[in-house]
Amino acid sequence: MLGKGIIKGLAETARNFFGSFVSERRLTTVPYPDARQPLAENTRQFPFLVYDGDDWEQGLRCVACQICEKECPPQCIYIVKSKDKKPDYKGQMQFYPAVFDIDLAVCMSCQICVEVCPFESIKMDTEFELSTADRFGGLLFHKKQLAKPNAHYHRIHPTDAAASDAVLAAEKAKQEAKARAAAEAKAKAAAPAPVAPPPSAS
Amino acid sequence: MFPRRLSVFILRQTLAAYFGGLGFYMTDALDQIFVTTKQFLVAFLAGLFPPAWQPLATLLISAVVMVAAIIGVFATLFAITTVLERKGLGRMQNRHGPNRVGIPFTQIRLAGFGQPAADGIKALIKEDVVPVAADKVVHFLAPVVMVVPVILAYAVLPVGRNMVALDLDAGVLFFFAVGGAVELAVFMAGWSSRNKYALLGAMRAIAQMISYEIPLILAAVPVIMIARSLSTTGIIAAQAGQAGFLPAWFVFTPWGFAGFVLFMIAATAESNRSPFDLPEGESELVAGYFTEYSGFKFALFFLAEYLGLFVISGLAITLFLGGWHAPFPWLAWLPSWFWFFVKLLGLIFVFIWLRGTLPRLRLDQLMNFAWKFLLPLTLINLLTVAVWHYLSASGWRWAVCVLMVIVPYVALGRGLWGHRRVRKRVYRYAE
Repeated sequence: MLGKGIIKGLAETARNFFGSFVSERRLTTVPYPDARQPLAENTRQFPFLVYDGDDWEQGLRCVACQICEKECPPQCIYIVKSKDKKPDYKGQMQFYPAVFDIDLAVCMSCQICVEVCPFESIKMDTEFELSTADRFGGLLFHKKQLAKPNAHYHRIHPTDAAASDAVLAAEKAKQEAKARAAAEAKAKAAAPAPVAPPPSAS
Repeated sequence: MFPRRLSVFILRQTLAAYFGGLGFYMTDALDQIFVTTKQFLVAFLAGLFPPAWQPLATLLISAVVMVAAIIGVFATLFAITTVLERKGLGRMQNRHGPNRVGIPFTQIRLAGFGQPAADGIKALIKEDVVPVAADKVVHFLAPVVMVVPVILAYAVLPVGRNMVALDLDAGVLFFFAVGGAVELAVFMAGWSSRNKYALLGAMRAIAQMISYEIPLILAAVPVIMIARSLSTTGIIAAQAGQAGFLPAWFVFTPWGFAGFVLFMIAATAESNRSPFDLPEGESELVAGYFTEYSGFKFALFFLAEYLGLFVISGLAITLFLGGWHAPFPWLAWLPSWFWFFVKLLGLIFVFIWLRGTLPRLRLDQLMNFAWKFLLPLTLINLLTVAVWHYLSASGWRWAVCVLMVIVPYVALGRGLWGHRRVRKRVYRYAE
């Protein structure tokens, strides 16, 4: 009969209306600033720079290779390469970013900078409460604001951080093995130099 | 002089309320408290004028006091309803709804009922944008013209025993006459904005409001026929007492029930509320006829819409739900105005409930519904009420009239929707 669907619909909304007063489980939303829902592990908002150790300036993994700056689709990253060098986590001397700015008003959270970074140094943060009264300066984040410890990365994205650490450890092991091999070769070359020349020389 | 007389009055009223004897005098004093307050105020204020001026002053002050009371009470109700509506809709969607705005700089939240104050302040301090191409005078006048007839309609609405601003002999006629002026304001707004969305919204609104005004009035006619009065107080007086175990309200008769449902449907369309909110369908028309309004002019449209909703609900209460009468004699100790506002809030809840349930209609569905379904049913209802009037009171009369309501309803419903088979839609070009 005509109107049956309307009655059914009214019954449904009435059930929801009264049910939401009776059963708290029905309410799918939480009163946000007082209560929060846990973030999903894959949550991402804006990039941050990872540093190892305690000193954010010394431990910064970024070597100012500027790949992310070139790849960034909305061009929100601005990097100035340093004149001098500092040792990285492997002990190699590397450039570092004298200036590293990200304009969060421009960033579109695409994660391409994270994908292209060969040094595991830029990652996505989960911080979303970034509102500010100053819409120009307040959203332009500098190196100091962007630098966050590796522990923070482990806290927000444990799986990704473990994978990232494994990559770095492998890199370091490779580097050490290479250094050892080089040292051995050097030692070999130094000791029996007159007897047999190193194969690389031949 | 003023404080002494006022304090004496308040003391007398309080004493009357508390010590005036259990029952009758107390309830009567409470029932008529606003009436006596008004009489006292008018007499006191008119007493300040020289004797020669007093008749005129009494008339003017009485009008001002009543208008102030109507605007104050119903504007407050509007403020509360905006929050209640958002909360109700939220609950229907399993959300909390607004629950944060309270008193500023404190932790007091008032469960979100500070929201209308915040909204009002925002509307007041917002920039008032007038389009360059707009017809400035008409654009300015439209919100005012929208509010005035709506408030005029309150004049004939009895909100309690002896509580009607203007007891006209042709009250219902007056109500529909001023209600018809709202269309003018809508078209003024749409036309003067020089905006295609506003114009389309206004044209839809005119088409809809004129189409639904006919079933609205025809649904009210049976009540006038039975009550033999066009006066709102007369219609309420005709619904006094009990009919069997039910109150003698017109909604508890077959023709009255049908008339009430038809009236409510037409009233929903008349006040442009969902599911008949095509004039402001935001998915296709931005905001309809008030697209180009901002700030306080927009707030006036908003206010007029809600005041129109309240006044038409009030008329539905007057015509079908017994006005300010209590449902049962043993509940009559509660004041009459209390019953009126309980019924009003109930009907507002029904409107919110409908809004939370039904999707918006298409324009052709809307028009078909008005002209092919509501109009024939209201016309048949006129016949039903005549049959009801001329048959003697018996179960027989009930059976005949119930049949006269149900059979056309089912037949029309089948005729309009039954033969339409739902086929798989064929796209000729879009494949």
